[in-house]
Amino acid sequence: MSADVAHELRRKVERERVVARTRSARARILLALGPATSIGGLAWAVVQPWRLTLLHPFGQGFYWLLAEPPLYVVLVGILFRLLIVPGIVADLEEQR
Amino acid sequence: MILAGIEPPAEFVHWWFASGFLVLGLLLFAEALVGSEVWGRRPWRRYLWPGFAFTMGVFMWPVSTFFTNSTIHMVAHSMWAQVLMFAGGAELGVARGKLHSQYWRLTSALGLAASGVALLVHEQNHWLFSRAAFLHHALGWTVLVAAAFPLAQALRPRSFTAAMGFASTFFAIAVLLYCDRDVAPIFGHLSFYAGILHR
Repeated sequence: MSADVAHELRRKVERERVVARTRSARARILLALGPATSIGGLAWAVVQPWRLTLLHPFGQGFYWLLAEPPLYVVLVGILFRLLIVPGIVADLEEQR
Repeated sequence: MILAGIEPPAEFVHWWFASGFLVLGLLLFAEALVGSEVWGRRPWRRYLWPGFAFTMGVFMWPVSTFFTNSTIHMVAHSMWAQVLMFAGGAELGVARGKLHSQYWRLTSALGLAASGVALLVHEQNHWLFSRAAFLHHALGWTVLVAAAFPLAQALRPRSFTAAMGFASTFFAIAVLLYCDRDVAPIFGHLSFYAGILHR
């Protein structure tokens, strides 16, 4: 009887460890999501530098200077990481 | 005439909306990843993506008014404004607790399906006419097929695959919209009738 309880306890601890590992992985993915988005934007800027009219601003119109799509991607990644992710990760850790 | 002088080129507006869809994708991806219980722990977070979708719908109205050069374009853009506001509004109702049924997610499925059909119907040219034509076809089919994800979510609200599929749809829309140019070739093809290549 006591061996059964011990086995059950061990299984329970093992299950909890697996769940904890999964949750940590989720938090890690979440934390990486914003930077990964920004890196995508940076990569785009490197591949197509002419999309960044700020690098050659003379003679450009207002909208051509405003529209910097690779920088939009970088900005979205940064804002997501700074404004949204910390709260979610805190709630995720709290649930653990 | 004055308005035509100050309004930005259509491709810029597509890029701004692409950024909006990128935000939507990130929010939905995060929600799918952590689950609705964790996501809903802070009440303001529940309103984030539905509110963002609704706001994008509101901003689509000036686009349909000022940036469309034919009736069918105006009708298509107005339809996207309506479905964004309808799906966003229904999800806001669910987030607020005023609406309870899981089947309200069908509004997103309907929105994507209607958007896909509108994209395909209002593109009059073939796939390789120009980049814009190609993207209309690609976006149309992507969005139409992706309507299966919110449909699956309405039937199985806890489905991880359906939630990830729904989030990924917005990443795909964002990438395709970022690829848009007013007049540009696609895989080396550009019709003589497409206009003058400008950048």
